[in-house]
Amino acid sequence: MVFFIITLIKIAIIAFVLLTVLAYLQWVERKVIAHVQVRMGPSRVGPHGLLQPLADVIKLITKEGVMPPHVNSFFYLLAPFLAVFMALISISVIPFGTQLTVGPYTTWMQLTDLNVGILFILAVSSMGVYGIALAGWSSNNKYALLGGLRSSAQMISYELPMSLAIASPLLIAGSLSLREIVNSQAGYNLGFIPKWLVFAGPFPQIFSFIIFMIAAFAETNRIPFDLPEAENELVAGFHVEYSSMTFASFFMAEYANMVTVCSIATLLFLGGWHPLWPVEYGSNFFAPLILFGAGAICIYHGLNPARPLDRYTLPVFGIVFFGLAGLMLFPPTVPILMPLFWFLAKCGFLLFVFVWIRATLPRFRYDQLMGFAWKGLFPAALLNLLVTGFLVALAS
Amino acid sequence: MDYFFFLLFALIAVVSAVNVVVQRHPIASALSLIGVMGSIAVLYLALGAEFIAMAQIIVYAGAVMVLFIFVIMLLNAGAEERRGRSWTAQLLGAPVLVAFLGMICYFIQREFANAGFMKFGNFSGGSAQSVGLALFTDYLLPFEVTSVLILIAILGAIVLARKEMD
Repeated sequence: MVFFIITLIKIAIIAFVLLTVLAYLQWVERKVIAHVQVRMGPSRVGPHGLLQPLADVIKLITKEGVMPPHVNSFFYLLAPFLAVFMALISISVIPFGTQLTVGPYTTWMQLTDLNVGILFILAVSSMGVYGIALAGWSSNNKYALLGGLRSSAQMISYELPMSLAIASPLLIAGSLSLREIVNSQAGYNLGFIPKWLVFAGPFPQIFSFIIFMIAAFAETNRIPFDLPEAENELVAGFHVEYSSMTFASFFMAEYANMVTVCSIATLLFLGGWHPLWPVEYGSNFFAPLILFGAGAICIYHGLNPARPLDRYTLPVFGIVFFGLAGLMLFPPTVPILMPLFWFLAKCGFLLFVFVWIRATLPRFRYDQLMGFAWKGLFPAALLNLLVTGFLVALAS
Repeated sequence: MDYFFFLLFALIAVVSAVNVVVQRHPIASALSLIGVMGSIAVLYLALGAEFIAMAQIIVYAGAVMVLFIFVIMLLNAGAEERRGRSWTAQLLGAPVLVAFLGMICYFIQREFANAGFMKFGNFSGGSAQSVGLALFTDYLLPFEVTSVLILIAILGAIVLARKEMD
C-alpha cells in the first residue's frame, strides 16, 4: 500500500515538473533564438515574458478545435493522443538522481527501474512514429501525407544508427538497466577525469556520443532534420490540418522527446548524476556559487534598473536564487540536491545545444537527409560498434 | 492481480486479432495488429521475460508494422470492397470454424491437462543475458544461417531496386 502511495506521489510530481518544463522549454527556445538573432523575444506577458507559456497554454486550450470535414475522424483524433502518450511515457524509466529518504521510507528518484530500461525507451520511441504517420495520413491532405511519409522514412532510417550508437556504451557498461549504467560510471581516472562513458576505456565513446546526438536530432524532428514540418515546402507538414489542443499536443510530444533524448544522452554518455570533478575538489560548491552569482547579478541590476519594472522583479529572482544556493549548502539536503543538480545541468546543457543548433543551421534537402543516414551515419555507427566490441572483448 | 492483468491483456489481444480480420480499412487492420503485438508483449512482461517483451515491441510493433503502415500510406490503399462471398464459404464457414475451435480446445485440454495458472515472473529464461547465451551456444548455427538469409534478402532488394532505376 505504501509503495502504491509513494509511486502515485512520484508520478504526480514528475508529471507536474515535466509538463512545466515542457512549457518553459518553449520560452527558453524563443528567448535563446531571439538573442542569437539580436532580438528581444517574448517580453510582454509577465517580467521578461516569463508568463508567456501560461498565456500560450490558455490560448491553445480555449481556442476552437476545428476538425475539417474530409478527415478520417477516428485516426485524426488518435494520432495526437498517440504522439503525446509515447513521448511522455518514456520518462518513467529515467533516473534523475540517487536515493531519497523521507522519514522511514527510502525511494529512488525514478518511477521504475526496468532491467531493460534502455530497450524500453527504444521500443517506445519506435512506436512514436505512428502518431506522426497517422496524423499525416488521416488528414487526407497531400502536404500532410507527404510530411507523414517523410517522417516515417526519416525516423526508420535514423533509428538504426541511434540504436547502434546506444549499443556500444552498453557493451562497456555491461547492463541494460539505466540505474546500473549510471552507477558503472562513478569514479575518476587519474583522480580527476570522470569515468563517464564518453571518456571511458578501452575505447572512448565520443564517436558513439556524436552519432547518437545527430540521430537524436533526426528522431525528434528538429532542425537541421525537421523535414516532416518543412514550412516552405509542405506548408506545415503532418500537422497542417490540426488546431487548438490537438496541434499543441504535437508540440508537447516534440519537446518531451527532446527531454527524453537529452536524458538518455546524459545517462549513457555523460555519467548521469555524477559530478564533473570529484567532491574532494569542491564540486559540491559549484552549484551554490553559480546560484549566488546569478542572485548577485539580479540584485545589482534590480538596484540599477534598465527598465522601470526591473526594480521590483529582479530582486525577487535574486532572493529565489540566494534561497536555492542556501538550500544546496544545507547539509541534510546536499546528498539529494547535488545529484539532481548535476543531472539537470547536463540535461539542460544538451537541451541548450538543441536550441543553439536550431538558431544556427539551415535545413537539409530530403535526398541529402536520407543519403547522410544510410551512406554516412549508418556505416560509421557499425564501424564504431565493431571496434568497441573488439576492444571490449580484448580487454575483458 | 495476476489473473486480472492476464485476462485483460489476453482479451485485448484476442479482440484486436479478430479486429484485424473484421476491419475493412488496411490502416485499421494494421493498427489492430499493433494492438495484438503490444498486448502479447505485455503478457511476456508479466511472465518475467523482459527482454523478449521489449524485443517483441521493437521488432514487430516498431519496425515491421511501421513498414506495413508506410507501404499502405505510400500506395494510399482505400477501404476494401466487400463482395458477395461464394456459396461454399457461406455454407461451410461457421461449421468449419466451430469444428476447428473444438479441435484446438480438445488438444489443449489433452496436452496440458494438469497445467496451472501462470504467476508473475514464473519464467526465468527471458533476460538479455540468457537469450544471448542461448543464441551463441545452443542455437549458433541457425542464428548464423539466419544472418546469411537476411543478407541474401538485402542483396535481392538491392538488385530489384537497381533494375528499376535503369
